[in-house]
Amino acid sequence: MHLLQIKNLKTYFYTTDGIGKAVDDVTFSLEKSETLGLVGESGCGKSVTALSVMRLLKEPPARIVNGQILFDGTDLLRRTKKDIKAILGKRISMIFQEPMTSLNPVYTIGDQIAEMLSLHEDLAKKQSWERAVDMLAKVQIPSPEKRAYEYPHQLSGGMRQRAMIAMALACNPEILIADEPTTALDVTVQAQIIDLMMQLKNEFGTAILLITHDLGVVAQTAERIVVMYTGKIVEEAETLAIFEDPKHPYTRGLLQSLPNIGYRSFSRRQPLHEIEGIVPSLYGLPQGCSFHPRCPDVMAICRQTAPKLVDIGDNHNVQCHLYP
Amino acid sequence: MTYIIKRLLLFIPTLIGVITLVFLILHAIPGSPATRVLGEFATAESIAEFERRLGLDRPLIEQYIDFVTSYATGDFGESYRTGEEVIDQLALELPYTLHLVTAGMIIAIIIGVGLGIVSAIKPNSLLDNIGRIIALLGVSMPVFWSGMILIILFGLKLGWFPIIGAGDTGDVPDILHRLVLPAFTVGFLTSGVIMRMTRSSMLEVLDQDYIRTAFSKGLADTIVYLKHALKNAAIPIVTVIGLSFGGLLSGTVLTETIFARHGLGKFLVDAILWKDYPAAQGCIFVISLMFLVINLITDLIYGVLDPRIRHA
Repeated sequence: MHLLQIKNLKTYFYTTDGIGKAVDDVTFSLEKSETLGLVGESGCGKSVTALSVMRLLKEPPARIVNGQILFDGTDLLRRTKKDIKAILGKRISMIFQEPMTSLNPVYTIGDQIAEMLSLHEDLAKKQSWERAVDMLAKVQIPSPEKRAYEYPHQLSGGMRQRAMIAMALACNPEILIADEPTTALDVTVQAQIIDLMMQLKNEFGTAILLITHDLGVVAQTAERIVVMYTGKIVEEAETLAIFEDPKHPYTRGLLQSLPNIGYRSFSRRQPLHEIEGIVPSLYGLPQGCSFHPRCPDVMAICRQTAPKLVDIGDNHNVQCHLYP
Repeated sequence: MTYIIKRLLLFIPTLIGVITLVFLILHAIPGSPATRVLGEFATAESIAEFERRLGLDRPLIEQYIDFVTSYATGDFGESYRTGEEVIDQLALELPYTLHLVTAGMIIAIIIGVGLGIVSAIKPNSLLDNIGRIIALLGVSMPVFWSGMILIILFGLKLGWFPIIGAGDTGDVPDILHRLVLPAFTVGFLTSGVIMRMTRSSMLEVLDQDYIRTAFSKGLADTIVYLKHALKNAAIPIVTVIGLSFGGLLSGTVLTETIFARHGLGKFLVDAILWKDYPAAQGCIFVISLMFLVINLITDLIYGVLDPRIRHA
């Protein structure tokens, strides 16, 4: 059985501009102790997918119109709010993109971690605090017993993200959803945070759903990759397969957009590849395959009908008319 | 600590400014206190005698220096009307006003902050609209009118509350019973502003990333709203509460008159009508002092609420 299975999830935004299909019929699963990379440009629906699982979307305007989110054999979308609250933080937790603003500025980080523990682990105040300090030590924050008394504004961005990770992992959850955890950080700090997450994942056996637009990050960490575009999955495969043999023109475009440092000699340097055009607005998606206006391999059928996700073998799924 | 001392030292120039203004404004009112105290038919001699005795015939600057120096030594002077020490009279009136102000503020905070939070949690809902209408009524109904309405409805028609007087000293239930209507009158006036600030401040905070984090921890909604959001939203709310204290104090002037209560407000109105300079000056001095203390407390609360201010 899958640890978490998202089936035909549709999350739409109902606004005055019309209906924005932020997540449109998305199906994928996360296995125990696995790291799954969810990749795509801004606005492709990766964060909305994660927030749908956590039920953290503002409803309205957002609404989960269809689908199932199977966790532990039951559909989270059919569970009561109380059931969900018992799962959040305890069995599925999440870290966010902005460490600067994701921690509450008026409580100490020790308090914020201990709050999680006293809520879910039924610990006394003193014990929760001790566990919180232990967690800060685990995420390699120096002198954690002192740092626990500090407020978020006294910590650097990297330290805050460590504190967020400490909080998210405090109750030893089965799933950690990391929404662009390193995007707001310096490159050197990014590497440290990714290393730390992987180290803790191995220690705790947590499955990670890593949402990012940074292909470098998923290459290092993920076992499988799901590529999203305009609310749909366009390709899904093992990491190696995605990097060695990408099938979807969009995935290929993304990979070609990565700079290859030191790959070509100086005199033969070429300008960096880009995917032509921009991501279309959710409120005015093109007919047929929504990638067709930007696609280098566009065919007549692409303008007419949307392709289906097909398995081309070795657990490699592609949604493109090139692979009928 | 040094911060508190610095703030307390700042009181001195502020108070000098206040008493100077009060002195000038009172003396700018045309007519002599003598005519009020001695009556219409007083002779020119008796008026001159009265003014000489109180030093009102001296140049204004001399009177002013006299006034400031006596305040510096804690001497508030004697009332023209009664001949009693102003400070004794103030000590007698102050508790009634403190009761009214405290009760009014508590009511204002409960109604204002409560409605504000409820409104912010579900913006544009029915509850939010009702809350906003109540707030609008609060800010737009003058005290002398809302006070009358309360008197007519709860005092005369329903007979639930007495409408006149503040009660005997020492009889706590009676004092509280008589406090309800006037406290609601002033409290309701202030609650509107507090409600609006609470609503907008909460709406802003509820949009913040750390609120999403709090929800992602699986915390109950009430804990997220009251613990995580309200403390962050509190600074503008506390500011407005501190500032509206001034409005509340001026509301007590009218409210005490309407409900025929003892208190600084009524005392001040009478003092001004009688052109009783020492009494009016002393009264305004005490009210200003209260306002300054409230503002100091507001500043200190900032530090308690927000560590970033404490550490700055």
